[in-house]
Amino acid sequence: MSVTEAPKIITARASFDDSHTMERFLATGGNDGLKKALAMTPAAVQAEVDTASLLGRGGAGFPAGRKWSMLRKADVSYLVINGDESEPATFKDHLLVERDAHQLVEGVTIAAYALQVNQAFIFLRGEFALGLERVQEAINDAYKAGALGANIFNSGFSLDIVVHPGAGAYICGEETALLEALEGKRGYPRIKPPFFPAAIGLYGEPTVVNNVETMSNLPWIMLNGGAAFAALGAGRSTGTRLFALSGHVRNPGVYELEMVKHTFRDLIFSAELGGGVPNGDVKAIIPGGVSAPWFYPEQLDVPLGQDEVAEQGSMLGSGSIVVMDTTTCMVRAAWRITKFFSRESCGQCTPCREGSGWLERVLWRLENGQGRIEDVDLLLDLCDNIAPGLSWPPQQTTICVLGPSIPSSIHSAISRFRDEFLAHITQGACPYA
Amino acid sequence: MSYFTESRQARAEQLIAVYPEARSALIPLCHLVQEQDGYLSEDGMVEVAKLCGITPAEVRGTASFYDMLHTEPVGKYLVGVCTNIACLLAGGLELLEHAEGSLGIRAGATTQDGLFTLEETECLADCDIAPCVQVNHRYVRTTTPEAFDGLVAELREGGRASEIPSHGTLVRTRRDLALAVNPDDIAKERAEHRAATENAS
Repeated sequence: MSVTEAPKIITARASFDDSHTMERFLATGGNDGLKKALAMTPAAVQAEVDTASLLGRGGAGFPAGRKWSMLRKADVSYLVINGDESEPATFKDHLLVERDAHQLVEGVTIAAYALQVNQAFIFLRGEFALGLERVQEAINDAYKAGALGANIFNSGFSLDIVVHPGAGAYICGEETALLEALEGKRGYPRIKPPFFPAAIGLYGEPTVVNNVETMSNLPWIMLNGGAAFAALGAGRSTGTRLFALSGHVRNPGVYELEMVKHTFRDLIFSAELGGGVPNGDVKAIIPGGVSAPWFYPEQLDVPLGQDEVAEQGSMLGSGSIVVMDTTTCMVRAAWRITKFFSRESCGQCTPCREGSGWLERVLWRLENGQGRIEDVDLLLDLCDNIAPGLSWPPQQTTICVLGPSIPSSIHSAISRFRDEFLAHITQGACPYA
Repeated sequence: MSYFTESRQARAEQLIAVYPEARSALIPLCHLVQEQDGYLSEDGMVEVAKLCGITPAEVRGTASFYDMLHTEPVGKYLVGVCTNIACLLAGGLELLEHAEGSLGIRAGATTQDGLFTLEETECLADCDIAPCVQVNHRYVRTTTPEAFDGLVAELREGGRASEIPSHGTLVRTRRDLALAVNPDDIAKERAEHRAATENAS
């Protein structure tokens, strides 16, 4: 199979060594999309994004246009960009902020104009030291060029963008936790309702929270039209998307691919993409971040599209795909993912705070050959207490979705590889060690 | 005498000014304290509290939530080795073990000379070059034990100083101007506009 001829919408510039400079940005169509947007009415810009049917690229896949239309009319409102990118094995926004920060700033300005918001914040995880510097440089450049600040390109529209560094907490990717962090507080997700910050957000004012990748698509959509974007992909999944491929593949990396037109098999095995699995075969795939139920070899031909993956009982989520080959211990994999959730649980809700640590300890003793035969069902029972019924999407017992995401990997691993869990117990050691 | 150096004092004041509410500057200000002291010192927290108009306890209570804010001194180089799933599959745990042996400390500890603090981290979003290692939050891309040891030796000799500043210095590019838009003006304009539309209808 070959990769489709779809244009590179957000990574075209990134192929240049100096893609992060203002010179390269301007030499490759930089700010053209913004200028076009400013010549339109804000409503027309929104309509264009609606036509594009751009789905949010952060993980939930909510249509960006619809999110915008929910913004409550008020004297003050805000736009906040979520660049907290901490979902394990997700590293696409990392590329966008380091390699093409100007594109992000242009996209944010277009969105702010469409929303008629006059202050935007770009929240980046603190571990992106270089990314933080690059985005600040891009913002400084944009002010100098008249592309940001008062009366942008003489349009009468004014905008300030402030870069806000995080300080190391996965939960701040949850949009209400992010807003708390941005208010200078502990990153505790807010109780719902209100379900959307569009009603009550930053400082209680209406706020739109959009992902870095979502924003980076806007300059192209403005220049080429929403219809051109919608012509790519299929069904609800339009345009291209960044897929972050890691784990047991020859060529891990970030690949921009037309939505739906490629399958997991294409991404993992194509010579021009993942290049195949070096040792053995695919044993399991994590299709969209560690909150997602796992896929197996029989799902290799599922197309990389939002609904296509959902139909198979999982989610495309953040577009990160981890390949685990036949040499991988599933107990160890599930243990490490659970340890992550345990470390990152904010602690507000008992099922998540207590459950994650308990699950991790049981998995750890299993991995070390000290498990008991009843541990396997104990794990499932604990999972069932966090997300009753172990269905997908999960039932929620907690303020945010971090808790109900914990069971995915454990439930997947036990459902498919129960004998591997039992082997750890009967052999008194990890069979893969 | 002010706590911050002159240029950092100016930066601190700018940080307070770019947010609609002063407390929003709390985390950036904590980073600024770490830049000055190498960690989030007691004096620094008191200063942040003063600037934000809250109590030092509130600053500590917030900072303690975040992994990157260290209320105890750490080494000049904070070495983070990721062992999350993508790195685990690439030998992250083994690299962390090697790092422990190499530096002679367990993860979480600091070498006696105060040069290195070692941490086991969660995903750092650089999963195609695994296992991922960061020093002071800069990606160093040392995926093998040999490369790791080479880097440690280089840092001991004072190498890579321009690329990897001492712990605490996070963002060296500063915003070079104040806000261009006065949020109060915008709110006033909109209120007037709304009143005018309501009167017209």
